[in-house]
Amino acid sequence: MLAQARSVSTVFAQRSVKEPLPSSASKDAVPVTLTVNGKKHDLRIDPRTTLLDCLREHLHLTGSKKGCDHGQCGACTVHINGRRVNSCLCFAAMHEGEEITTLEGIGQPENLHSVQAAFVACDAYQCGYCTSGQIMSAVALLKEPCGPEDADVKELMSGNICRCGAYPNIVAAIQSVRQNAKPQKTG
Amino acid sequence: MKAFALTRAKDNAQAIATAAKATTAQQGAEIRFIGGGTTLIDLMKLNVEQPKTVIDINRLPLDKIEALPDGGLTIGAVVRNSDLAYHPLVRKNYAVLSEAILSGATAQLRNMATTAGNLLQRTRCMYFRATDMPCNKREPGSGCAAITGANRSLAILGTSEHCIATNPSDMNVAMAALEATIHVRGTKGERSIPIVDFHVLPGNTPQRETVLEPGDLITHVTLPPPAPGSRSLYLKLRDRASYEFALASAAVVVTVADGKITRARIALGGVGTKPWRSTEAESELTGQPVAQAVFQKAADAALRGAKPQSQNGFKVELAKRCLVHALKLATQTA
Repeated sequence: MLAQARSVSTVFAQRSVKEPLPSSASKDAVPVTLTVNGKKHDLRIDPRTTLLDCLREHLHLTGSKKGCDHGQCGACTVHINGRRVNSCLCFAAMHEGEEITTLEGIGQPENLHSVQAAFVACDAYQCGYCTSGQIMSAVALLKEPCGPEDADVKELMSGNICRCGAYPNIVAAIQSVRQNAKPQKTG
Repeated sequence: MKAFALTRAKDNAQAIATAAKATTAQQGAEIRFIGGGTTLIDLMKLNVEQPKTVIDINRLPLDKIEALPDGGLTIGAVVRNSDLAYHPLVRKNYAVLSEAILSGATAQLRNMATTAGNLLQRTRCMYFRATDMPCNKREPGSGCAAITGANRSLAILGTSEHCIATNPSDMNVAMAALEATIHVRGTKGERSIPIVDFHVLPGNTPQRETVLEPGDLITHVTLPPPAPGSRSLYLKLRDRASYEFALASAAVVVTVADGKITRARIALGGVGTKPWRSTEAESELTGQPVAQAVFQKAADAALRGAKPQSQNGFKVELAKRCLVHALKLATQTA
């Protein structure tokens, strides 16, 4: 039974058919203006370019990470108009005129977002590869309908996988921000 | 991923006229509408879908959820799953729909996925997703590798010798129990399709999953007013607690008066090749007292036609217990 389960999960984690990344020099390239972290960028991209590849390869914003490239791991999580999405499942050219926010846009080393500070304080990572996506998800979660319990946070964070297994500290970090944020809101 | 042209539809008519040039609206369609992209882009990366033209319909005015004069609800085609699940009217009047959507996928995917896209969600059968394997749905006539292969997660109801792929959607199961109507505009005008008729059984043409034809654009879905005094819920059983497809699920909408079930609408997920409405179970429940033995008879009736494969026989009992438990929860007095 275990062997069956394993073969199934292997297929779910199937990688893309390997092909070179679409080039911006392609004859099919289209002009697109993207607004990322408040800054406008005029680009020419192949329509196949995902928002994730566009951010990383064209705009060199490498905070967003590529894990599964199929919307299963959450490492690529960014915000579009304030809502979290998997940037690997977006075609960049479809997001003209929208506010795209990446990890680089929510905090800087000298000016951490409260969620970033909480991740540091709670040691909410080991290797760090998933952390950008975890933080982008957590920042969005603060504004979503989420119950008060750890279980509620775990449910709404299930789209972000951490293969190091830092989950308990990730939940603790998020809860510490939510619990501190509440008195400020009501006061 | 194969190259394609990306266009943005100016209005419904232009979207329909462009898509009508395809030879099929089913597997292998040369022209695809794109909403959230959570299924389509995934399958394009796997080369399972290879459209030549992709039409972005996200900016069409199909993004509203509105109460209808009769007490029902209309839901636009590109309404995001998260907006639908958290809408106050859905939570109040159609709990089963809210619960079903929130039990599926992840917060990120629900922010992207649309109503129409979820109706058209494709199977997670691993052979459909792997282009180096035979699959009658992806490549008609190539055979079904699942029947003799890893079929633990696949369907036991509505299957054929050509295909046992499960419909993976949770939303569709709730929509089936709520008797939703799918509204489509095409080259010949508008039509309204009851959800039970929208998805088709695989039979010997598993590449055809719905009644949609080239140019057909789902514009909205309507729900009838909630049955007075009814309670509804969605119960989903799966291998892990979150972000997992159903092994078995049940959407139930029941009305109880004086200890008797006066009305029941039942649909099962994770077990059927389409969202599985069970009028057989409904007949067993209607007019009967709220009792474990009655629920059991309904569950037996729902699964009577089940055809398990080598690895998914457990689903027969699992689906029965799922339905029995869902009925127990929906009928218990507070």
